[in-house]
Amino acid sequence: MSIPDLYNIESLFSEDELMVRDSVRLFVQDKILPKVKQWNREAVFPKQLIPEIADLGLLGAYLTGYGCPGISYNAYGFAMQELERGDSGFRSFVSVQNGLCMYPINAFGSDEQKEKWLPPMARGKKIGCFGLTEPDFGSDPSGMITTAKKQGSEYILNGTKMWITNGSIADIAIVFAKTDDGVNGFLVEKGTPGFTAPEIQGKLSLRVSVTSELLFDNCRISAENVLPGAKGLKAALMCLNQARFSIAWGVIGAALACFEEALEYAKTRIQFSKPIASFQLVQAKFAQMWTEIVKAQFLCYRLGQLMDQGKATPAAISMAKRNNVHMALNVARTCRDILGAAGIVDDYHVMRHMDNLESVYTYEGTHDIHTLILGQELTGIGAFG
Amino acid sequence: MNILVCVKHVPDTETAVKIGADGKSIQTQDVNFILNPYDEFALEEALKIKEAKGGEVTLITAGPEEAKKSLRTGLAMGADKAMHILCDESHDSLALAFCLAEGIKDESFDLILCGKQAMDEDNAQVPIMLADKLGLPNISAVIKLEIGDGTATAHREFEGGTEVVETSLPAVISAHKGLNEPRYASLKGIMMAKKKEIKDVSCTCAESGLEILDMAYPPSRAGGRIVGEGTDAVPELVKLLREEAKVI
Repeated sequence: MSIPDLYNIESLFSEDELMVRDSVRLFVQDKILPKVKQWNREAVFPKQLIPEIADLGLLGAYLTGYGCPGISYNAYGFAMQELERGDSGFRSFVSVQNGLCMYPINAFGSDEQKEKWLPPMARGKKIGCFGLTEPDFGSDPSGMITTAKKQGSEYILNGTKMWITNGSIADIAIVFAKTDDGVNGFLVEKGTPGFTAPEIQGKLSLRVSVTSELLFDNCRISAENVLPGAKGLKAALMCLNQARFSIAWGVIGAALACFEEALEYAKTRIQFSKPIASFQLVQAKFAQMWTEIVKAQFLCYRLGQLMDQGKATPAAISMAKRNNVHMALNVARTCRDILGAAGIVDDYHVMRHMDNLESVYTYEGTHDIHTLILGQELTGIGAFG
Repeated sequence: MNILVCVKHVPDTETAVKIGADGKSIQTQDVNFILNPYDEFALEEALKIKEAKGGEVTLITAGPEEAKKSLRTGLAMGADKAMHILCDESHDSLALAFCLAEGIKDESFDLILCGKQAMDEDNAQVPIMLADKLGLPNISAVIKLEIGDGTATAHREFEGGTEVVETSLPAVISAHKGLNEPRYASLKGIMMAKKKEIKDVSCTCAESGLEILDMAYPPSRAGGRIVGEGTDAVPELVKLLREEAKVI
């Protein structure tokens, strides 16, 4: 039985937005769900799916030109929801390629850079990653110590970036570094001498995703690989807004996957001679979770409209990222609880989602940092430092 | 190649079907309708032929206004245009075949592809009846199709072997599972589908010769029964599975 659409949310979206959702859902059902347990056990990101993800049009989805489909932000949001219904790792892969790589090249790059990189990135032939966070500077990126010293027509990069999604599989890294004129963005191509990207091992979360360090040791970057428009931290934060939007939508998919699995389980698991779904404590959990999921859907629906109109403020995006990831993590934990012991084995999806969401809770701005962004918006007083 | 693909808007196979108040039809509210899965094989094959040989792929359906959703899905997968014979009544296979033939009487196609059957009524008759009405050859339930110069060679599977059939074109050919792996509607395809034409075609549909008198749910399953214990019970179990349950 499908879950009733109490607020007729479906009618808020256009036919093509719903078609995007349905098409990506089919893809996830056919290509991801049957194998995700194994990939999670082995901690591998299945690179062989990249061409199919590209064929679907998910890479560069909301850009126009360069072979990109130019869908609305809400259609893109639905795509993120359905990918994360499969696994947060796939949503991470796509949202990094889009929001943190193709978006900045499109927004801050020269025409030559766009022509060179965007078409192959849309086809999945070139993969990107985004280097802002450092081992000692996460929530406080302005303290970064990676430097780019100008020498003739070149820049020389030195420093380390950390927790970089797609790092070891990337052909191109968008790297932010301090120059004599402040922070700037650079395009660093795989294979550039002095640049290596070892994968981080031992993750208990986002195992179906590549996470890496980016190491720069006297790495020489030609001037043509400077992103001309990416001046100052503001450029990096504009990218993060794109990625945070996709997270706000995506985690609804993880929450739905957990909710549906737990509901099915509760209706068929018999204790005290009746399904556990017939107990008031269990029903209270479902009622609370569903209310929170629907509220999160409304935040995303409106936020997507604002993104399309260019009116979404960073604080509005923070609110949705903060609320929805917190919601999804709570839903995953509650669903794990409903499944009892069954919830801890990977025959069920709930605990994988729960583990993934622990990362999502603190990446692209931790929950606490988004709280402070909202606090500053409301009081006019920054409480970060 | 100018290819026509006949499609039907059918309840999602994951939907639990409920019988309507009249006892003769299914309840359509709260039911998700999709493009008939066998028709997806037909469309995928048409798209592959078009990609290899050029030409145009046209969809046609006969059904209510909501059936446009399935046409839109087909256009998003890559069909070039669509024709919609608007009719609200549910037709039997013969009336539907006549209706489709009437709808395309002013067009000409080199190849007409259909799914081998629709997942709602499972009659598997329309492609054959359509071929007959159009006076064209028909090959049913093909799992492999090769298009030659004015000819088509089709492989059909039956128990224990494969039959290879050749026909002249145009012909009506119906697709079976295994013919290909249908593509997903891409985001680009979905955006392009918005601009593609769905032409409403009016035609007088033939009256159905069949009347549905009654619909009923299958009987609920009876409980299991224990035929004995230990290895002594095996012969009896095997006998019952063979003779009564008829599953081995």
